[in-house]
Amino acid sequence: MIQQKVISKRFGKVDPLSIDSYIKFDGYNALEKALTMHPTQIIDEIEKSKIRGRGGAGFPAHIKARALANAKQPKYIVCNADEGEPGNFKDRIIMENDPFSILEGMVILAYATGAKKGYIYIRGEYQNAIKIMKMTIQNAIDKGYLGENILNKGFDFNLEIRTGAGSYVVGEEFSMIESIEGKPGRSRVKPPYPTDKGIHDKPTLINNVETFANFPHIILMGGDNYAKIGTPSSTGTKLISLSGNVKNKGLYEVPFGTSIRDVIFKLGDGVSYNRSIKMVQLGGASGPIIPEYMLDMAIDFERFENFDSKTGTGAIIVIDERFDIFDILLINMNFFVHQSCGKCAPCREGHTQIVNLLNKIKNHRGTEQDLMSLENLANVIQQTSLCGLGQTSMTSIISSLRYFRDDYFAKVRY
Amino acid sequence: MVNLKINNIDIQAKENTTILEAARQNHIDIPTLCNYPDLSIKSECRVCVVEINGQKKLHTSCSTVVKDGMVVKTNSPKVLNSRKTIIELILANHDANCTACPKNYNCELQSLANKLGIDKNRFPTVLDIQPIDNENPVLIRNINRCIKCGRCIDMCKNVQSMGVLDVMGRSKDMKITPAYGKFLTDEFCTYCGQCSSVCPVGAIIENDDTDRVWEALNNPSLHVIVQVAPAVRVSLGEELGMEPGSIVTEKVVAALKYLGFDGVFDTDFTADLTIIEEGNELIERITNGGTLPMMTSCCPGWINFAEQKYPEILDNISSCKSPQQMFGALAKSYYPKKMKLKPDDIFVVSIMPCTAKKYEAQRDEMKIDNVHSDVDVVLTTRELGKMIRQMGINFENIEEVPFDKPFGITTGAAAIFGATGGVMEAALRTVYEVVNKEELTDINFTAVRGTEGIKEAEVEIGGQKIKVAVAHTLENAKTLSEQVKNGTSPYTFIEIMTCPGGCIGGGGQPYGTTKAVRDKRIEAIYQVDENMPIRKSHKNPDIIALYDEYLLKPLGKKSHHLLHTHYSSRKK
Repeated sequence: MIQQKVISKRFGKVDPLSIDSYIKFDGYNALEKALTMHPTQIIDEIEKSKIRGRGGAGFPAHIKARALANAKQPKYIVCNADEGEPGNFKDRIIMENDPFSILEGMVILAYATGAKKGYIYIRGEYQNAIKIMKMTIQNAIDKGYLGENILNKGFDFNLEIRTGAGSYVVGEEFSMIESIEGKPGRSRVKPPYPTDKGIHDKPTLINNVETFANFPHIILMGGDNYAKIGTPSSTGTKLISLSGNVKNKGLYEVPFGTSIRDVIFKLGDGVSYNRSIKMVQLGGASGPIIPEYMLDMAIDFERFENFDSKTGTGAIIVIDERFDIFDILLINMNFFVHQSCGKCAPCREGHTQIVNLLNKIKNHRGTEQDLMSLENLANVIQQTSLCGLGQTSMTSIISSLRYFRDDYFAKVRY
Repeated sequence: MVNLKINNIDIQAKENTTILEAARQNHIDIPTLCNYPDLSIKSECRVCVVEINGQKKLHTSCSTVVKDGMVVKTNSPKVLNSRKTIIELILANHDANCTACPKNYNCELQSLANKLGIDKNRFPTVLDIQPIDNENPVLIRNINRCIKCGRCIDMCKNVQSMGVLDVMGRSKDMKITPAYGKFLTDEFCTYCGQCSSVCPVGAIIENDDTDRVWEALNNPSLHVIVQVAPAVRVSLGEELGMEPGSIVTEKVVAALKYLGFDGVFDTDFTADLTIIEEGNELIERITNGGTLPMMTSCCPGWINFAEQKYPEILDNISSCKSPQQMFGALAKSYYPKKMKLKPDDIFVVSIMPCTAKKYEAQRDEMKIDNVHSDVDVVLTTRELGKMIRQMGINFENIEEVPFDKPFGITTGAAAIFGATGGVMEAALRTVYEVVNKEELTDINFTAVRGTEGIKEAEVEIGGQKIKVAVAHTLENAKTLSEQVKNGTSPYTFIEIMTCPGGCIGGGGQPYGTTKAVRDKRIEAIYQVDENMPIRKSHKNPDIIALYDEYLLKPLGKKSHHLLHTHYSSRKK
């Protein structure tokens, strides 16, 4: 049994629109338990669980939580449901299948940190999820699991839905904060970090949907037990969005440490017509492209960190032998040309030039000099961009230059 | 104190200093582009990146605060290469036809490219040529030169509270424009020109009128005269390579004579005249129950602001024309009469620290009995600097010449018009003495001096204590205007200047104006005042003579015709 269903255990079994159905299936047990604990105890359990953020960057969840708990009022909690990274659909599936678990996780964290107001920022394209989450919030308020005086414990937490308008970069935390404030989604200078100065310059904690959905399980299981799942450096399970040239595309939940090859072949049933795999892109458009011989790599934050990328979102995109590396790179790079907010120079100007260089090389018009320019420019964009977009957008270029260098040399003119 | 190492040098810096500040305090230069003194830290151009030990990514030194034990490299190969690459990227999306740009040799991008050793660009141009916004007579926006540093937005939105310019679109299509990429004329632009004074490149510049002046000077049938605003005498030197705050009053006169003007006059004279008219208007409003508080009218940016944003308070604004327009009116009425010339043969140029003056001169109300405007052309300090350079004048060593007659004598009260609080102080010197019929023991009203946003003072006039206020920048003007609009203003007389520091910080002043530079200019302007033999407008013998011989009396029929105007709502 390669899958281990923790987050997804209720998927397909509960009625996502019914709070009673959720309660029948262990729902809100964690909140009831949490409310008997001291707020710092909850954060201690989160620390013991060693859970790291599921949005990609893999930041230890307890550090943010403790920073917010120590911050002055008013403070905010935000659930990042702006799942814009191509190849990812796990957050949508959680919202559509088990929406109350997200709310429960948020309320637990609100209790632990003292935040009284929260937002769920949902990607605008996710119309169905938006509808469901709105109903979920209303149902939870009606039953006393949200709003004023939650479960008669005298603690309040109000939630509001915010939706994006098609911008990719608002998935980045500061751009999201700007967007929540009603401004265009453009990042801010860090530091200060959101837990110091976030929404309206007030302390703000932003977590991914999947991270919030994990909290109830940590409370129920206890941090130590949770930490036993997965690997020592990456605990728990991971939802994997498997797509591309693979037979069984879809969402799978596996413990950390599972190999990419197992996900593709045991869960995804491999590639049609037994075509060979040319490459796999991890995490989405901003993730690395690795060759077939690296598929035994385990899904683990520590491994992914080698790529300087937020690959922890758990997308696996399989690309078979029929495709050229430049086709894939151009799809990625044209995406970033479109999605750069334009605020900082390297990202605004750099992506266009990357596309130019790639086209030149792809069409056999590039020289060795162009190859050097490409490599240099990719590094500069990654090193100097203001926010996560430019800092990670070059991962596929940089990794392809490492693992598919021959493909470049085959095209370059001498 | 924090101990850190920059480029292997041990450095001590105060807590919360940025790496950039710490480096500069220790004479280590880090190039910057979007950064501008007194404006917010934007960290958008990424040019000031440095390497910090133990960190994978490069960090912008403008926004990163020093930490104990930090080891910083400001010029490692990685850093130098990144900077160079970023500037190349910016240049590839910039109309880099430098010799066809007014900012040639005065351009921060150009000098940065030169400093970083860029002699060719690895990246081909991706510039998509856009139309130029030259719909208004004052400011030209050439978006093809814009490098999106955001300084103008910061200035317009945060300092001036206007928000005329902002970001539109994203990625490579991102532009800094008025709403929907249209024209400044569609917006509540006051033409203060502060955006142009902080633009590092030539994306926003004043409409260059020097050609019209050359043409007039070379036209033998025209009698071309020029007036020089108070603030120009402490800033033109700077434009021509001298130290900020150099007083160059009579060098300006000499240079203008050299350029071929038939008469070189001082706007200070009509500033004195403004004080007489405005002072009497204030006295009249106080004694006859007129609309109070009275607000000054000499700043055209402020008039544009009030007409567009606060039409409710137009009655509060003094009906006096600005000194520039009073001069223009006299130059086309009294002056030709005295000199036996035809008014239409006279061509009036003014040298102003200001861009909005270009707009003011073109207003319909600013024509007395003539076909042409009273002031034909307005040049900024920068444009005059350009003409002087074109003519090859050695400005620093030019022999000084006094202003021409008539309008020869001016006072210290007029000179301080150039600094925030100056009009108020000049008015108080006169109003106090005229009404109280006693000499001031100390004519320096220091309470209204200085660069605080809103200044207040209390003066006893005619046995009653009146409160006065002085504001500079439109942000502060807004605060006082709101009070006036809501009827809660505690003041009797209010001075408003649009630009930070008053005219010495005007939108037409030399590039590189910062708070430190403004302070030096203000210091110089009070020095000019101190050096004057007469320091009160009503003691100016030429002004007295003008009334005796021509205007007859303040607020009289002739005055009203020549020196007063009216305002109308331009609410959009």
